[in-house]
Amino acid sequence: MATTSTEPERPQATTSRRAPKHGRGDRIFLGLSQAAAITILVTLVGVFVFLFVEGYDGLSLPADSYSEGGGATTFLGYVGPLIFGTTLAAIVALVIAVPLAVGIALFISHFAPKRLAVPIAYVMDLLAAVPSVVYGLWGGSALAVALKPVITWMGDHLNFLPFFSEENVAVNGRTMITAGLVLAIMILPIIAAICREVFSRTPRLHEEAALALGATRWEMIRYAVFPYARSGLVSAIMLGLGRALGETLAVAMVLPSSFIVTLNLIGESSPRTIAANIASNYKESTPSTQSLLIATGLVLFAFTFAVNFLARWVADSNDRKLNR
Amino acid sequence: MSTTETPTAPFVVPFTAPRLPSWAPTAAGALAVLFGLLLWMLGIGLVGSAVLAALSFTVGLPAWSRVVEGSRAAVDRLVTALVWASFAIAMIPLVWLLYTVVDRGGSTINVEFLTYEMRNVIGDEQGGIYHALMGTLLVTIAATIISVPIGLFTAIYVVEYGKKNRLSKLVTFLVDVMTGIPSIVAGLFALALFVLLVDPAYRSGFAGSVALSLLMIPTVVRSTEEMLRLVPEDLREASYALGVPKWRTITKVVLPTAFGGIVTGVVLAISRVIGETAPLLIVAGVVDSTNTNLFSERMQTLPVFIFNQYGLATDKGRAYAWGGALVLIALVMALNLIARIIGRIFAPSKG
Repeated sequence: MATTSTEPERPQATTSRRAPKHGRGDRIFLGLSQAAAITILVTLVGVFVFLFVEGYDGLSLPADSYSEGGGATTFLGYVGPLIFGTTLAAIVALVIAVPLAVGIALFISHFAPKRLAVPIAYVMDLLAAVPSVVYGLWGGSALAVALKPVITWMGDHLNFLPFFSEENVAVNGRTMITAGLVLAIMILPIIAAICREVFSRTPRLHEEAALALGATRWEMIRYAVFPYARSGLVSAIMLGLGRALGETLAVAMVLPSSFIVTLNLIGESSPRTIAANIASNYKESTPSTQSLLIATGLVLFAFTFAVNFLARWVADSNDRKLNR
Repeated sequence: MSTTETPTAPFVVPFTAPRLPSWAPTAAGALAVLFGLLLWMLGIGLVGSAVLAALSFTVGLPAWSRVVEGSRAAVDRLVTALVWASFAIAMIPLVWLLYTVVDRGGSTINVEFLTYEMRNVIGDEQGGIYHALMGTLLVTIAATIISVPIGLFTAIYVVEYGKKNRLSKLVTFLVDVMTGIPSIVAGLFALALFVLLVDPAYRSGFAGSVALSLLMIPTVVRSTEEMLRLVPEDLREASYALGVPKWRTITKVVLPTAFGGIVTGVVLAISRVIGETAPLLIVAGVVDSTNTNLFSERMQTLPVFIFNQYGLATDKGRAYAWGGALVLIALVMALNLIARIIGRIFAPSKG
């Protein structure tokens, strides 16, 4: 990779009558692949432009168009509770998923017997392959039922925390906790996969030096693996967050929601997410509500874009640091 | 009890710290299982006693270790137990979900369910998913036809031609951005595009394909890029040395070498988008009868069918949703399996 020997100058030097640097076939092929690359560029710009053009009207509709959003009168009043709900669901999911994912990644990279590691990675791929609508179906009608006693118990015994109120505990088990759990299961594979990769890139010599100094396996992980993997860990978490923010149907199918702002995770009605709001309102869309929904979609896009961008930036700066 | 048994080994060097015998975790595990069985027989629920048994192991073994080996080893044992536990916990939802889908969906599946559509199906009459299957098939194939050439050529550009110039760096970055696009935003994009270009009420399977392509292209680019980079530089240079032009080198040497990996990546990408629901819900719409024309009228797809039947909140609707889910999961798993098999067939022979 580092050498420039792949440039076509060499064959030119050895053969005499071969068409020079750019034969016709080469030009066509280069043109095709360049066109494909530019298509991607254009498409992404198109996503911004079309969402903006179609959603622009949604930013300044007559005040009563926003009334569905808990009596809001402006776009910000409408989208505010949705942003809150989206963030809350994603954070609940992260709190559950991150420790588990780190555990699984460590299990595959450092703890599991070599023969087990490959099938386990395959099983994690399966977990990632289950479609979100199936997760929603399962979360809404199997997990929610099973969680009923747990949620009732939380309402009775953990109500000293701000997250669990003893009033209006959801009897059907379909709460923010349930939705967060489903989301956590969905983002678990991606976080675990990235963590695993980062952990297994720890230089072997660092690990062996730690062990040679008498460290136990945990001390080796803590003092050799974790410092090395810190920013990779951060970017894995951010990518999981981005995934959780944009997830639509699993949340829409599990969670009965409305435009409210509450930290209570086990209430009968929960804050709504942007994506779920779009999915549940697209049907009765008049042109004005359609542009409103597209505008909220643009907000969601910007939000996930920012999170993903931050994740890449952290990962890249780490790469630079390691390559130095 | 255990403090006395370690020094009995004949050639213990006096400097070594006492260790638990190698069978200690097994013994503790057996004890924990016994404890759980006991609790279960005492009338605590199956789940409760399993959790308590696991907890007793996680606390018991480190406690024993702390007495014998000291705190550092105890922490190590605790972490080991926690790591194994996190793996076990992650397996629970997968097994549970697969079991539920097979259990509840299995009774719905029969020949009629696979070959009937939902048109004019009222009450308890037998309906089916034929229209949704056709829709999913057509939409996914169209999405593949759009995504694969673009994805493939982009990867070729980045790896073979770009060589870290500005455009290829930009494209790599944009592909990263695309990976993060929420599926519902892809749907809204297709909606906005066709509303502007065709007419405000336009819904079709093709619009769904466009939305799915947006989600599929980045995965295709990523996996192809990775595969192309794995092709040894020597092969390319050998080809150049024989005077073969660059594009012939790519089509005759590089692509065949990476073929297995590329196909695996494409199939995995298909399996990823075949279950996408949100964009199709918005742009491909909901309909009860079969539509094989991609470019006009609404088109039902399997994930949307599941979502809709679930939304009916009737017993029949739920049964149909589970039946559809079983078919969808079977499709996805089959695609995954095919991808693995292709990868295995092509990998060693070309290496």
